[in-house]
Formats: sequence, structure tokens, C-alpha cells
Amino acid sequence: MARIVIDDLHKIYAGGVKAVTGVSLDIADGEMIVLVGPSGCGKSTLLRMVAGLETITSGTLTIGDRVVNQLEPAERDIAMVFQNYALYPHMTVRGNLAYGLKNRGVPKADIDRRVTEAATMLEIAEYLDRKPRALSGGQRQRVAMGRALVREPAAFLFDEPLSNLDAKLRVQMRVEIRQLQRRLGTTSLYVTHDQLEALTMADRLVVLNGGVIEQLGTPMEVYAKPASVFVAGFIGSPAMNMIEASYLRDHGLMPATMPGGTDLIGVRPDDLLLNAPSEPHLALPGTVVLLEPAGAESHIYITLDGGGQPITVRVAGLPEAAEGQQMTLYAPLTALHPFNQNTGRRTD
Amino acid sequence: MVENDRWGTLFAHIILILGVAVVVFPVYVAVIASTHEGGTFLRGVMPLLPGTYGWENYTTVIFEGRSNAGAPPIGGMLWNSFVMAMSIAIGKIAISLLSAFAIVYFRFRFRIFFFWLIFVTLMLPVEVRIVPTFEVVAQLGMLNTYAGLSIPLIASATATFLFRQFFMTVPEEMLEAARVDGAGPLKFFKDILMPLSVTNIAAMFVIMFIYGWNQYLWPLLITTDDSYYTIVMGIQRMITGGDSEPLWHLIMATVVLAALPPILVILFMQRLFVKGLTETEK
Repeated sequence: MARIVIDDLHKIYAGGVKAVTGVSLDIADGEMIVLVGPSGCGKSTLLRMVAGLETITSGTLTIGDRVVNQLEPAERDIAMVFQNYALYPHMTVRGNLAYGLKNRGVPKADIDRRVTEAATMLEIAEYLDRKPRALSGGQRQRVAMGRALVREPAAFLFDEPLSNLDAKLRVQMRVEIRQLQRRLGTTSLYVTHDQLEALTMADRLVVLNGGVIEQLGTPMEVYAKPASVFVAGFIGSPAMNMIEASYLRDHGLMPATMPGGTDLIGVRPDDLLLNAPSEPHLALPGTVVLLEPAGAESHIYITLDGGGQPITVRVAGLPEAAEGQQMTLYAPLTALHPFNQNTGRRTD
Repeated sequence: MVENDRWGTLFAHIILILGVAVVVFPVYVAVIASTHEGGTFLRGVMPLLPGTYGWENYTTVIFEGRSNAGAPPIGGMLWNSFVMAMSIAIGKIAISLLSAFAIVYFRFRFRIFFFWLIFVTLMLPVEVRIVPTFEVVAQLGMLNTYAGLSIPLIASATATFLFRQFFMTVPEEMLEAARVDGAGPLKFFKDILMPLSVTNIAAMFVIMFIYGWNQYLWPLLITTDDSYYTIVMGIQRMITGGDSEPLWHLIMATVVLAALPPILVILFMQRLFVKGLTETEK
């Protein structure tokens, strides 16, 4: 259990490549923070710096009340779950779980107790004497979790732990990891490139891009009010529609209420309506390009008239629409997200 | 896969059988020759069927020897060969494992330079550097010692290279997981890397044991005390060393006995190979 304070952390590689630039983050005790971003955004580097697997170029890292910049990973009291699990192939599951404890000189009886506890919690007790290669992907994932669990560390670090699993198992493990983390109340830092994982698992999530924090907030804050064009495009699926303000002006559609400096307007596929609402709204005429039924919901791809702007709409069920059909979309003014293209930031 | 072609199959089998015959025939002759009495060979006709003196010949070679014909009992020579082969095999593996570990996992100054330095020694087998090596060993007073027999042959680029290649296939996360688990470099080496390399170590052991066992020129050069003679050079001395005609029946018995230990090593290690191969990850 510990608070983790990341203060102005920088990572510059030997070749001069800046992977992380001035990231500051205050993680409360027991909190689950998810770092999310596209590949190469520095999220893994940041996590590895916290783990002690990468050196810190500058800045201060505090775990608990110790500055740990110079400490070895083992001395930082953290446990890490790796993307490819990194189980020791020649050891049994029991051996894998016990190895870290053995190295710390934990008494034999204690090791046995903690291994049994963790194995029971993760439902891998019956595999304890198997080698990792005799386990399925999901079971290996549990063993990797168990290896972190038995250590009873101050913090868990997860490096894209679910990306090697198939979709169904991923959802299941996502729920389990979250429940486990809540139950244990261990401070956690979780890296993923999957925005859905980030939204569902995080107490607070951090969107990283190009080594800097784009936005930090609770999942709903980030979703409801993305701070930048990048965050707007990254969080939420299908991605937020972006409409050039010049297009709206040319067609006399630009709402008068938009703040100054706005030249890009975002609207989520879920917020677009097929019928005019009573509240003030924006009406966007267009042509259906493609209708994509997806079970409980459907995605309609539309090109706006006279501008070629592609728009995605998400509606419940299967709407009455055919490809090539004319259709008008309605966006409530409250659902519009104004941005400035040059700064990439929100303007309101 | 080749089509089911009768004549092709037949042809392939004939070639293979001929090949096997060429390899096996000399061994067969040696075994047969070791079961005849000494006079047989002086008549110039090589018998191809077993004789009746096998027991006698082997007991003579093992327990009595023919010292006046340059053939002491071979137990001592077998032991010397064994010590030499084991020292070379174990020494090479130990040094190669450690140097490969250093080259792959540590960033030190001139790392690449050292790697190439080791690599270049591949071009310098014992025979090429034999004179300077002899000088060094002589100056160090290691003539007629086990150390002199084995140490100059221990440095090995081949094994270092093999282990380096293997270590580079071990995922980096394995090292990182071990670091998080509190294992220092040596612990990682001992607990993770060594067990993962067992198959490679076994393969190296077989190759190096046979390499050491078959050394001929080097022991011939640095041993003058017959209590340090190895079996392979001993055979040569039995042929040329005596006052009389070579005692072919005894020489052949010695040859057969000298071939046994490498065969045993292969048979024994083969089981480890199979075990290692079937148990390896992926």
C-alpha cells in the first residue's frame, strides 16, 4: 500500500530520443491509474521507469515515502505483470510464484501459505505442480498475476497484460483484475493501448501522446470533455466525428454560441440523432454511404452534402436507412466539442 | 515429399547402405581383428570372421600389457584420456557460459571488441598455434601434467558463440521479471539461464568430450612421462614403439576399448537431448 508520486519525470534515450517529457502524476494509495495511448507514446517507458527497469533521466519518483530513483526494481517493493507473462519455463507454477519470495528470504512456511492463498484466489491451485507450457493463455495470465500477488507489494504495475488473450478472455480477465485490485486495495499502474480497457478499469486515466500527458481525469470526465483533439479521437469507439468549422460556416450551419478560436467541432457518434430534438441543435444533411449492423446497435456512415465530410453515427437497433439515401443528422448544441486545430486543445 | 517411386527408393537405399558399409566396415575389421591371435596378421590375410582369442586379447590389454612392445596396461591411458576429455569439456562449457553471459547481458567498454577477439580465435585451431602454445606451457612447467594437457585446449570460441546465440533468444522480460523478483545477475544466471541452457550444455558436452578424447598431436607433444600418455597417442606408440612387429591383435583390442567411452557418452547424453528437446518451451 503506498502513494506514488511522479514529479516531472523525463526519459531521454542515449540517441537523444525523448520518450517521456515532464510527466507529473500523484497516485493516491489504493488507486488504479491507467496509462493509455498509441504505441510509442511513452506509456510503457513511464511504467518501466516506475518499475526501475529504465533509468530516470531527470525528475523524482517517490513510492510510499521513499525516493526510489536509484533503487533496483526488487528494492522498490513493486510487482510487475508482463505482456508476455515472462514466466520461468523450467519452474512449476509453484516455483514461479515462490521464486521472488525465496530470493527475499521469506521463511518456507510463509511462502507456502502465501502461494496457496494467491493460487486459491486466482483459481490456479490445481495447476501448482504444472509447468507453464502445460497451461492455456488465460491460466498463464493468472500465474503471472499470482506472481505479483504473493509478493504483497506496495504497488502493482501492469504492462499490457491482456493483449495476448483472445477477446472473450480479455473481457473476463479485465473484470477479474479490477475486482482483485479493489479487494486488495493495492495501488496500481496499468498500461494499455485499448481505450475500452482504460475506460472500464481506471479510477483515473492518463492519456499520453508523444511523451506528454494530454489529459488526466476520471474515465467519464475524459470521455465527456476531452481536452484535446487527440484525446477526442483516441477515447471512445467509434472515434469522435470531427467537422471543420469552415464547412459549417460555408453552409450557414455554424452555431453562434461557439467560443472564439474554434475551427474544428467534434461530436460523438452516439450523440447524433436521426430525428430533430426539441433543444437547440445543428442539422446536418448528408448521404448514407454504408450501413453496418452490429447486433444491438448499428453504425451508419454518412457523407455530408457539399463537403465530403465523413461522419459516423451510432444508433440502437437497425434503423430504416439504405445506402445512397438522403438523411439529416441532428446534433444537440450541448453535445458539440469545440477545438482549435493549431493548438489541438479545447476552446471552451 | 518425393513421390512413391520404387526405383528411386531402391536407389536411395543402395546408396545409403553403401555409405553405411563404408563407415562400418573398418570398425567391423577392428572388432574382428581383436579376436584373433597375433600370428594371424603376419600371414598377410585379413580374416573377416571372429576368431577365438577375444577373451585372451582383451584381458592381456587390460591387465598385463606388453611393456616391451610399447604397450603398458591401458587402464592408466584410458584414465588420462578421460581426465583430459572431462577437463576440456567441463572447462570449455564453464568458461563459454560465463563469457557468453558477460557479452550478452553486460554493457562494458570494448564489449564488441572482446566478442570479436573471441570470435577470431576460431581461426586459430590448436595445430596452427601449437609451437607457441608448447613454449608457453613448457615455460609454465606444465609439461607432463593434466593441466598442460587440458588448459591450452579449453578456450573456445565455438561454445561461446553458441551460448551467445542461445542467450539472445531468451526474452528480455525473463531478465526483467527476475530483477523484479529480486534476483541479481549471478542468481539469474544460476536459477534461470543455466536451467534453460541444459540442452545446449549437453550438446556442447558431447562435442567437447569427443574433441578432447580424440586429441592426438597435443598430448604427443607435451607428454614424455608414460604415466601421462593418453589412449589415442598410446595406440600410435603401440604401432611404432616396440622392438618387434606391431601386435595387431592387441592394438585392435585397444582401439575397440578406446572407442567405447565416447560411444557411452553419446548414448547417455542422447537421453538427455531427447528429454531436453521434448521439455523445452515452444
